[in-house]
Amino acid sequence: MPRKTTNTKAKVADDVAAVAESSELNQEQLLEFYAQMVLIREFEKESERQYTRGNIKGFLHVYSGEEAIAVGAINVLRNDDVVVTHYRDHGQALVKGIEPKQAMAELFGKSTGCSKGKGGSMHLIDADKGFMGGYAIVGGQLPLATGFALASHYRDDDKVTLCFLGDGALNEGEFHECLNLAKVWNLPIIFFCENNLYGMGAPAKDHLAAPDKIYKMSEAYDIPGFRVDGNDVLEVHDLMTKLVKQIRGGSGPAFVEAQTYRIQGHSIADPANYRPEDEVNEWKLKDPIPSFKDWLLANGHATQDIIDQMHQTAEQEIIEAAEFAEQSPFPADEELYTGVYAE
Amino acid sequence: MSTEMTYRQAICQGLTEALDEDPRAYLMGEDIGPYGGAFAVTQGFWEKYGPRRIKDSPLSESAFVGAGIGSAMAGLRPIVEIMTINFSLLAIDQIVNHAAKVRYMSGDQFSVPMIIRTVTGAGASVAATHSQSFEGWYASVPGLYVVVPSTPEDALGLFRSCRELMDPVMFVEHILLYGSRGQVSEGVKIPLGKADIKKEGSDVTIISYSKMVQNSLEAAAMLENDGINAEVVDLRTLRPLDVETIIKSVKKTHRAVVVEETTKFGGFAGEVVSIIQQEAFDYLDAPVERVAGEEVPIPYSMPLEKLAIPDTQRIVSAVKKLI
Repeated sequence: MPRKTTNTKAKVADDVAAVAESSELNQEQLLEFYAQMVLIREFEKESERQYTRGNIKGFLHVYSGEEAIAVGAINVLRNDDVVVTHYRDHGQALVKGIEPKQAMAELFGKSTGCSKGKGGSMHLIDADKGFMGGYAIVGGQLPLATGFALASHYRDDDKVTLCFLGDGALNEGEFHECLNLAKVWNLPIIFFCENNLYGMGAPAKDHLAAPDKIYKMSEAYDIPGFRVDGNDVLEVHDLMTKLVKQIRGGSGPAFVEAQTYRIQGHSIADPANYRPEDEVNEWKLKDPIPSFKDWLLANGHATQDIIDQMHQTAEQEIIEAAEFAEQSPFPADEELYTGVYAE
Repeated sequence: MSTEMTYRQAICQGLTEALDEDPRAYLMGEDIGPYGGAFAVTQGFWEKYGPRRIKDSPLSESAFVGAGIGSAMAGLRPIVEIMTINFSLLAIDQIVNHAAKVRYMSGDQFSVPMIIRTVTGAGASVAATHSQSFEGWYASVPGLYVVVPSTPEDALGLFRSCRELMDPVMFVEHILLYGSRGQVSEGVKIPLGKADIKKEGSDVTIISYSKMVQNSLEAAAMLENDGINAEVVDLRTLRPLDVETIIKSVKKTHRAVVVEETTKFGGFAGEVVSIIQQEAFDYLDAPVERVAGEEVPIPYSMPLEKLAIPDTQRIVSAVKKLI
């Protein structure tokens, strides 16, 4: 089983069901994972640059620091499996198959965006890719995801729905309602909590009655709960490989907590002064990209040249995405009135 | 050819047709299974169609309404029952922020072909939290349809049209109408956005919807004794609103009274009055009157409840003020 040697975070899987099966990734897949993580980071760096230039408006919640989750989890899915998520959705959208050009154009509010410029950063959507959306009301995506899983169950079509939520959404009633509903009807869904330790500016530990037992919150619904290191792409991938297989086989819902950290603030407008410097520095050491790179190098899966090349490729792709977004037209005025109802 | 049936039977027939004709259609809601529905609309459905088509849901309005939305986005045709419109407040985020928005903010990638059936109205002595009429709120949301039938014929005819829509519908039934009877034409299908003149008249237009149409017709009958010939317009759908029929009638009668059950302040009737003054100002011989609920929570005690909601006599009085 491939493991990163540089991981500084203690494994906590001992008190949950053991992650038994290895995902057995080959070298090509490992490098692809790294390339995807770098692509997300470059996308987010560029989106921040474009925000300061005034090309991106409104809210911008970047995924930097959390890339291992999207890459580790979504790569387990089939193209026709479903992802439903929250507003910090860029990274997951890219991994599920939305092109950086279409994602960046959406951030720019351009007609070439994946949602035709009408959704923006928080509502990246590509139904054909099974990326059913970023949703901006905390917890609001959970019932929708439950509905996609219900549709699969109704049709008996063996698709799996992966629903991401943040730690803040754990305190919404919908979390509890949907876990219960999913279990009562044995729906094929994984509720995946990206615990980045803060709900906007509020530390999760101040707002959760049992912040150390998040992964146990599903126990009351008789749904198995797991905790993984969200900065370890291989650990996430291992667990998800096992869960997706079980759920596709009809096991019913599962719940995952992955601990991670936002490198940036809640949104671009947030300098995140509320976070202790020590904490920020500690998590910087756990940045999932350099630690995965070190592991790839140490285990002979990549050379520095290959790594450098992957960074260059990602940078180039993102430059092209930004150029595409900039050159694309805004939606025509008459687009204001289209898509309110079916034509 | 027509058949007499109750409002309940008409809706029951609409649901039966949906389940029999469309394998993508399923029902979901609280106690719609073995219990047969809080208002007995789905009696026998559980036994006939089974738990796959009749999803008897936990008390989780936000979760099951949202699950209906998600399943509609995935291509199913959910018909979701929210036991009363009062409980729709527990699901209003899903209805307003998700069902009504997802087509637009996805750039037209998703449809939400879902019918949400719910029950509005006061007059059943069930006190303040179970007696409200929020259909007007939903009518203010682009992306939703709001249907408010007053007769069995309209209920079935409109329901059949709702099944063909690719966007979410609030199908709002009135708590006091389930037992009301009427003739239902064979094959009736009524498009949304088409008001119905329930009684023709020449002296004043009474505009209403849902249960208040009954009161308006009663008022019109009483006014006949005083030589006043009132026209009664049943809006049937609040969104889309049939402005043309309203304006045509007001231009004919030169007077209008708008009647609704909910509290007056901020009510849907205000929108109707606004449209009349904009589009038919020069035709009006008197200010437009409104008859609506008092600005109070609905009380339990029956004599007080009667004071809180409009009745036939108040409609008669409002008309007489104009003439």
